[in-house]
Amino acid sequence: MSGASITTGAAAAPAYHKAGSIRRERRWAMIGAYIALAVFVVFFLLPPFHMLVTSLKSSAEIADLSGNPWIVRSPTLEHYWALLNHGSYPIHFRNSVLVTLSVVAITMAISIPAAFALSRMRFWGSTMLATGVFLTYLVPETLLFIPLFQIIGGLGLYNNLWAMVLLYPTLTVPFCTWIMIGYFGSIPKELDEAALIDGANHFQMLWKIFIPVALPGILAATIFAFTVSWAQFLYPMAFLVSSEQMVLTTGIVSDLIRGDTFQWGMIMAGALMAALPPLLVYAFLMDYYIAGLTAGATKG
Amino acid sequence: MADGNVITARGVPAAVAPPRTSTLQRLARRRSTLAFLMTLPLLAVIGGLVVYPFFYAIELSMLNKRMTRFVGLGNFEFLLGRETFQMVIWQSVLFAVTAVIAKALIGFILAHVLHALPAKGQRKWRGMLLVPWVIPPAISTLAWWWLFDPSYSAFNWLLTGIGADPVPWLGEAGWARFGVILVNVWYGSPFFMIMYLAALKSVPDQLYEAAAIDGASALQKLRYVTLPMMRNIISITVLFSLIVTFANFDIVRILTNGGPQDRTHIFGTYAFQVGIQSGDIPLGASVSLFMFPLLAVFAIFILRGVSRRTKEEA
Repeated sequence: MSGASITTGAAAAPAYHKAGSIRRERRWAMIGAYIALAVFVVFFLLPPFHMLVTSLKSSAEIADLSGNPWIVRSPTLEHYWALLNHGSYPIHFRNSVLVTLSVVAITMAISIPAAFALSRMRFWGSTMLATGVFLTYLVPETLLFIPLFQIIGGLGLYNNLWAMVLLYPTLTVPFCTWIMIGYFGSIPKELDEAALIDGANHFQMLWKIFIPVALPGILAATIFAFTVSWAQFLYPMAFLVSSEQMVLTTGIVSDLIRGDTFQWGMIMAGALMAALPPLLVYAFLMDYYIAGLTAGATKG
Repeated sequence: MADGNVITARGVPAAVAPPRTSTLQRLARRRSTLAFLMTLPLLAVIGGLVVYPFFYAIELSMLNKRMTRFVGLGNFEFLLGRETFQMVIWQSVLFAVTAVIAKALIGFILAHVLHALPAKGQRKWRGMLLVPWVIPPAISTLAWWWLFDPSYSAFNWLLTGIGADPVPWLGEAGWARFGVILVNVWYGSPFFMIMYLAALKSVPDQLYEAAAIDGASALQKLRYVTLPMMRNIISITVLFSLIVTFANFDIVRILTNGGPQDRTHIFGTYAFQVGIQSGDIPLGASVSLFMFPLLAVFAIFILRGVSRRTKEEA
């Protein structure tokens, strides 16, 4: 693949009708670029690769110190099988799915109307509120988890999965509202006017014009909410203690480490399966994924 | 309630419009009421679960351990006097600053290299380079933990393979600090890369052409075209990442849990240990609040950068 790219680079070069040294310089620059890329790809993909290798080994092979840890000699799916059939891994997976789906739905239900109101219907304090939303997005969860611990306890939701559904929106709603204000703001005002002339009310305007037109933005925000909820670690760590309430991020560690025995094969298999949903979403919707991320700082 | 509003709002334009101004006024009033109602859930989330807990945190931080007595700034004083906490401050700053500089540099280099590639291959490389940032850090840190394992470390296997000594990755303070920073850099660099790549693509080609005609070298193009054009996005990204890195929790918690001898604790993990694990809620709240002044300053600068950017685009 890299060979093909280099030749296309060289084929483009003669168009300049420059001396050969420049062409050669360009070519060396390209080779340097590919070497740098290869080094970083290896660095970036090494941990996931090692995760995969370990998850495919039998426990005996993992414990065997004489072999090469980077390759697997007799691949087996026993760890995956054990995780899916015994223990609480399926429960944790179900909890993660449950929490994530609820949070995504709640986030969208809150932030779409709010973004519509803030971008189109000026009212007293609306610009200040938009700024406030952005500032809330910058508040990290480590700043507030201790008072939230007290509040959750006071509400009787300690060690309750649904506390997560209550708390995660604080992490997703501000950013989703913020990028949606940007997307809605970029819709031309003529569309609203046309709709108003046709006798549409604000809800019809939102439903029939804004949501369809801003669908890429909504999809990007949805993916963001999904990623954040799936990856959240501090809140489940602080507020959930019993295994049947836990989500994947905390459940893997708490269930597979008993005292000093680390079941590394199972830990890696569990981690890999937990990483799969975001990776799949990313693989199929990469452009929306990236759009959602970059929009936060470039839009609005 | 919202439905009721809609129905009357729909009725208004259709109604025979006798005193026109008052109808318009009523419409405007109704419109802002409707808008307010639409933002009400947002206000509830922010007010109830962000603003209120923040003030509650301040209140908590001024109580004694049993939360029965007001102690003023006693908790903060106590913390500042403790050697462990002084090390937490120092380690948090070291962790955030080193990691952000490394992430920004790697991201900048990768963005440039990617930008120079032909469009076809670019996508594939970009896809692979973003993987660390897609895997939830709480999950990927498990892989790093296993790579740093004292007896089974696959890195040490490679090191002994080339004749070097095995490294006590998480067992010794210096190496443990290096380890948590390394994992953070691994996780965060793709974010910088993708932000810079987006910014690079938005620099108009004419500027480079003009620079080339003026005989600028590659380095001069970088210095006088690319950097000034990207200055704002670089500062926003760096400040944003400083906040996130400074307030990190997952990586340190899983990799070292603050050890060895509390040398790798940062604010988040230390607040967790003091507040949740040891049950001293007020002291934990004080530890968290120590982050606030610094975060507030970063946030103000980000806001300035973002609003300047909006003005440029408008």
